[in-house]
Amino acid sequence: MAEMNLTLKIWRQDGPNDPGGFKSYTVNGLNTHMSFLEMLDVLNEKLVNTGDEPVAFDHDCREGICGMCSMVINGRPHGPLEGTTTCQLHMRHFNDGDTVTIEPWRAKPFPILKDLIVDRTPFDRIIQAGGFVSVNTGSAPDGNAIPIGKEISDEAFDAAACIGCGACVAACKNASASLFVAAKISQLALLPQGQPEREERVVGMVKQMDDEGFGHCTNTGACEAECPKEISVDYIRKMNWEFHRANVKG
Amino acid sequence: MLNSRIPDGPLAEKWTKYKSKVPLVSPANKRRLDVIVIGTGLAGASAASSMAEMGYNVKTFCFQDSPRRAHSIAAQGGINAAKNYQNDGDSVYRLFYDTIKGGDYRSREANVHRLAEVSSNIIDQCVAQGVPFAREYGGTLDNRSFGGVQVSRTFYARGQTGQQLLLGAYSALSRQIAKGNVTMYNRHEMLDIVVIDGKARGVIVRNLITGEYERHFGHAVVLATGGYGNVFYLSTNAMGSNVTAAWKAYKKGAMFGNPCFTQIHPTCIPVSGEYQSKLTLMSESLRNDGRIWVPNKKGDDRRPLDIPEDERDYYLERRYPAFGNLVPRDVASRAAKERCDTGFGVGPTKLAVYLDFKDAIKRLGQDVVSARYGNLFEMYEKITGDDPYTTPMRIYPAVHYTMGGLWVDYNLMTTVPGLFAIGECNFSDHGANRLGASALMQGLADGYFVLPYTIGEYLSNDIRTPTIPTDHEEFDKAEKDARDRNDRLLNNDGSRSVESLHRDLGHIMWENCGMARNEINLTSAISEIQSLKRDFWDKVSVPGRDDVLNPELEKAGRVADFIELGELMVRDALDRRESCGGHFREESQTEEGEAKRDDENFTFSSAWEYTGEETEPTRNKEELTFDTVQLTQRSYK
Ligand SMILES: Cc1cc2nc3c(=O)[nH]c(=O)nc-3n(C[C@H](O)[C@H](O)[C@H](O)COP(=O)(O)OP(=O)(O)OC[C@H]3O[C@@H](n4cnc5c(N)ncnc54)[C@H](O)[C@@H]3O)c2cc1C
Ligand code: FES
Repeated sequence: MAEMNLTLKIWRQDGPNDPGGFKSYTVNGLNTHMSFLEMLDVLNEKLVNTGDEPVAFDHDCREGICGMCSMVINGRPHGPLEGTTTCQLHMRHFNDGDTVTIEPWRAKPFPILKDLIVDRTPFDRIIQAGGFVSVNTGSAPDGNAIPIGKEISDEAFDAAACIGCGACVAACKNASASLFVAAKISQLALLPQGQPEREERVVGMVKQMDDEGFGHCTNTGACEAECPKEISVDYIRKMNWEFHRANVKG
Repeated sequence: MLNSRIPDGPLAEKWTKYKSKVPLVSPANKRRLDVIVIGTGLAGASAASSMAEMGYNVKTFCFQDSPRRAHSIAAQGGINAAKNYQNDGDSVYRLFYDTIKGGDYRSREANVHRLAEVSSNIIDQCVAQGVPFAREYGGTLDNRSFGGVQVSRTFYARGQTGQQLLLGAYSALSRQIAKGNVTMYNRHEMLDIVVIDGKARGVIVRNLITGEYERHFGHAVVLATGGYGNVFYLSTNAMGSNVTAAWKAYKKGAMFGNPCFTQIHPTCIPVSGEYQSKLTLMSESLRNDGRIWVPNKKGDDRRPLDIPEDERDYYLERRYPAFGNLVPRDVASRAAKERCDTGFGVGPTKLAVYLDFKDAIKRLGQDVVSARYGNLFEMYEKITGDDPYTTPMRIYPAVHYTMGGLWVDYNLMTTVPGLFAIGECNFSDHGANRLGASALMQGLADGYFVLPYTIGEYLSNDIRTPTIPTDHEEFDKAEKDARDRNDRLLNNDGSRSVESLHRDLGHIMWENCGMARNEINLTSAISEIQSLKRDFWDKVSVPGRDDVLNPELEKAGRVADFIELGELMVRDALDRRESCGGHFREESQTEEGEAKRDDENFTFSSAWEYTGEETEPTRNKEELTFDTVQLTQRSYK
């Protein structure tokens, strides 16, 4: 277990209206088995012990599934490792003596609330605009009434694996939310249960995405590259196709 | 005094009869009734959306930035239902029986039977929402088996079942938010319950972004705030999981049921150092194909691959030939502890055993193993740097789930009228040990299919209660208490971090109230916790302010409540001088070291009643009667 010391350059911002700026910290006595967030815990405990305010960051499950954690590490959302959330990143991927820069998601629709914490409620509103099947409790037919081929179901699952963290938006130079929106639209468009509301859904969700101020997709693929769940940009093509199909059908 | 309100009639007909007789609330009246739901995990999201569909005005709260991020999202393995799709002899009765037996006969027959009855509907509901469950090539739903049972009744969505179920419930909730039937408050934490004239009538919450204290009125309040495993500091729960809501309810008169019943999950990644902030579960489903072993020589330091087959001890298969690696969680956990305590543990800390896939890969091929467990293997490798395809995993038990929680009656109502508790935060269905894949089932059963009916019985008597203005003195008082406490935390000017105090609590709990408990240790733990409580209030240091986002302040409040809960758990463990399920009293074991129940003296659920800061709580009893199932010592041999 190698010991390591790091210099951290962390974005500190007291509230939405504070201009904010970077502050440098040194943390010593770290080790390679720690997770990235445990490394920040060490810093925070040190700050508390000296009466300073700890760095605020979002996190909860620390297992790569809740989508809370959200940091840009050395310029990349969730850091250097492909297919990995910040909480799943371990210090063995850094070297003793490194300087590590840590910033919040940067995107207009996600205003900074404090330090590394941003407001991602636009994602909730996009789902509210159609990311569901309208079925009331108690009115469902038997689970096996409609067979769904394994391949279709697996493909729907691949899209449904999105954790809604917003890394796609943070990675995109236009702050587009297309990957997030496309994943939900594709999941439901693939499944028989999603058919009755298929057109309404894509139209409603795309409109909400635009209303929230997310930018347009210019196919750079940065979102897929940074997505911790490796959701494919093919779903964006599928969303575009669904959108045109819905408009043609009127 | 405790009335569990179990309906009359034969067990299998109670729920059907109840539903046909429960008073209804007319649609016009529903629109006039406000229901508060705290929590948006499986239980809260399903309850809020279902009640909103029925016409109630619902307000929901969660402390995360979105309802989709509740701790339920992390459940991996699956959800049980008595569908018998595999035609392997499953039935409602068998699921009921397995749950009662798995819980070591410390749960209520009527509730468990109802759970088994509605289990099927859950799967139908989730499929209809677009939850992508695993399927067979023919297009039908696939199942797997889980610890403690001999049928395949577990539905799953790769290793992310909780995520997919929660996103389903979240989508239903989102639909109701869009319709205006639910008002959602994210990043809000409930700090107190408001009780007026003996009934729950609202809550005090703090807006975590602005720090503002808010008052909300409800004709009824539903807690769906999850479990309290984080009292042990290290657990598999999400970092924010906490007991605050349930604890405040307890202090306002809701009795706490079986607080000491904790589930220690056998397959977690072992602790690697002092900095460790949480433990990661490796799904129980791994035990379907993985084999658990330790070297049969003490202190054998060879690499696992260098230890020949005849020098390995597959101790679960040896001790429990009928169930082998699939014994229930409590049995598997204690067996691992026994091996490590006697010197057979492996890895740097010697607090680990191997979970080996070598034979499964030989039998099924790497592709099949990877299709079943690929994402879990990946997660393991990310954390430990080891590849489970080539070297056995190292695992050790960790705190995972709390069967204890707020005591509720058949209607899921606590001892405070109008205050309900659903999901992991109630004590109801799992007795002294929960079977794998049954928490998701219970959370969704409570939320989709039980509470929306049973709350009607209470609300039908409340249709004439007008909205109570939130300038009522009970609101004033509750808000003042919440503010005063936070002020005290912020102005304490101490020297110790919340984290370090929490770690100390975890240590006391794990050593004295963990996998094995005895009178001497429990007795000393009470005074250790009391002195920790004094230390906390003397020495805690919480930087920052009250009028902004301040995660350190949130944590401080939660840890203060955990400390008090810890003491109650220890009292309960001390009081229950028998072993049952996850509660293992060393004084009560068989010659072979298995848990020994004492049915004569302990066939009851404990319901603890708060009596004030300076006085000891009172233990009330709900006697458990078993009309259908015969009590036997559990045997998985
Ligand atoms: C790693 C892991 C894997 C698991 N796998 C399985 C499995 O495969 N199968 C299975 O059946 N079970 C599993 N479980 C157990 C299961 O996930 C939980 O028991 C269940 O999800 C709990 O759901 P819940 O709705 O009761 O609470 P939670 O999902 O914990 O939700 C609690 C909610 O309450 C809110 N809340 C809490 N306190 C407050 C407050 N004071 N103010 C405002 N809001 C508050 C939170 O924001 C959250 O929305 C697993 C558990 C873990 C830890
Ligand atoms: S903390 Fe949940 S995904 Fe990172």
